[in-house]
Amino acid sequence: MVDHLRKTYGAGAGVQDVSFRVDRGEIFGIIGPNGAGKTTTVECVCGLRVPDSGAIRVLGLDPQADRAAIRECVGVQLQESALPLFIKVGEVLELFASFYRHPADPNELMDALGLAAKRGAYFRRLSGGQKQRLSIALALIGNPQIAILDELTTGLDPQARRDTWELIEHIRDRGVTVILVTHYMDEAERLCDRVLLVDHGLVTALDTPGGLAQSAGGGTHLRFVPSVPFDSRVLTVLPEVTEIGREGRRIRVTGTGDLVGAVIGALAAAGVQARDMQVESATLDDAYVRLVKKAQQP
Amino acid sequence: MTAHAVPRRAFWQLVEVEGKLALRVPMGLILGVVVPVILLVIFSAIPGLKQPAPGSTLTMFAQYVPVLIGLSLCVVGLINLPVPMVTNRQMGVLRRFATTPAPPSWLLAAQVIVNFAVVLIAIVILLAGGVMFFGLHMPAQPGGFVLSALLATAAMFAIGLVITATAPSPQIAALAGTILLYPLLFFAGMWTPKQNLAPALQHIGNYTPLGAAVQAMDAAMQGHFPPVRPLLVMAGYAVIFGVVAIRTFRWE
Repeated sequence: MVDHLRKTYGAGAGVQDVSFRVDRGEIFGIIGPNGAGKTTTVECVCGLRVPDSGAIRVLGLDPQADRAAIRECVGVQLQESALPLFIKVGEVLELFASFYRHPADPNELMDALGLAAKRGAYFRRLSGGQKQRLSIALALIGNPQIAILDELTTGLDPQARRDTWELIEHIRDRGVTVILVTHYMDEAERLCDRVLLVDHGLVTALDTPGGLAQSAGGGTHLRFVPSVPFDSRVLTVLPEVTEIGREGRRIRVTGTGDLVGAVIGALAAAGVQARDMQVESATLDDAYVRLVKKAQQP
Repeated sequence: MTAHAVPRRAFWQLVEVEGKLALRVPMGLILGVVVPVILLVIFSAIPGLKQPAPGSTLTMFAQYVPVLIGLSLCVVGLINLPVPMVTNRQMGVLRRFATTPAPPSWLLAAQVIVNFAVVLIAIVILLAGGVMFFGLHMPAQPGGFVLSALLATAAMFAIGLVITATAPSPQIAALAGTILLYPLLFFAGMWTPKQNLAPALQHIGNYTPLGAAVQAMDAAMQGHFPPVRPLLVMAGYAVIFGVVAIRTFRWE
């Protein structure tokens, strides 16, 4: 779908070389640090920006040559895009519905997004969460086949974030392909079928959230306080252990597979008890930090 | 599939919404319509203004009517027209429009139509009110008057569109409009009737958009077809500033 996209602005900003494919009906995440080129990438996909080079096909269409067709079938929620302060919720949805050939029913959308009670409210009277939901509603008002959502839950409180996530899953269940730009790893982990990690305008990784977490060498982390000092070779010989370190009195072991079982077994054999044991499995967050760090220190 | 696939009624729905927005923040309407009408009422109560103006068949009160139309044009064209559009650009409303099948230029067109309607309302109230209550005579050369008013509107809107095109923020747009408003109204004769100005200032005034507008409307009210020069001056402003606005317009 996106092949060797390049769009640069001045010194090193923008997108250098990004390629990916999004499958129908999936939630596709684009993650990466600020200024990595995430927003530029989706702006090129929806035709708001003209790429310097590279090819983009959205539903078989060229976003530049087939602008009108793309706008009919791609709904976009842009980062930091407000509305006139004194426009009413119902008014703006009906107005935007009139722009499309086969729009969704504004009333149904307001019901689905919990905005029905706010129908006559001015935009400026809405809370952050309500503004965000209105923004999502506007991305969906044209009955799009693809919804591009940029910085979906930035600035929302935890409850509003969870509600929004449920909503996105609901949208996907209705058959809409979702492209989600985010820098929240928990969001990507929870929602996305696959994630694309972009950094400095290049693709760093493309995998499922779980796959990315594992492949980045995150593995499982284990922390414990040993009952008596012991020779660390007891653990380093284990095939499951990849790394061992000390954090004050605690021992920190990183590894893969059945790390917990192997470590406890080996310690018991050496006559050591592990106290205060904490287990953390690999998260996308770890993987993200590792991958981005790796890219910064070549 | 082309951009023209968007139904035309969608555009009029947008104009309607923009009209409602203008009514909900009525400051612009108050300054652009209510203030000129209040001034008309006040001027009607000043006995000295009932005297015929020197060298004219109009009373001094009647001479003020084109000036008050100029005041409305200033407020609407230089402030009411640019500020919402610059706000839309800054707040990302234009970007949001750009993601829909409707072109962002519709927003600009809707603003022009709504503000034109406001100017029209102001002119109708000033003239009709003056005739009904304050002994004003309808312009004796109505065609010339309409032509003058249209050209004046075109000139002032074109200047306002240059502000719209280039102002980086709504605050700067409002400031630019306000700063321009004073000299333009001065040369229109807002504070001193034009014939009281020094000849050099009168001469400069003839080449300002509102100086020319008042001259042309004044002639039409006296029953003459407006002289060519003020009409050309206004058309010149409309064309030159219109072209500059189109050339410099930023959509993001």
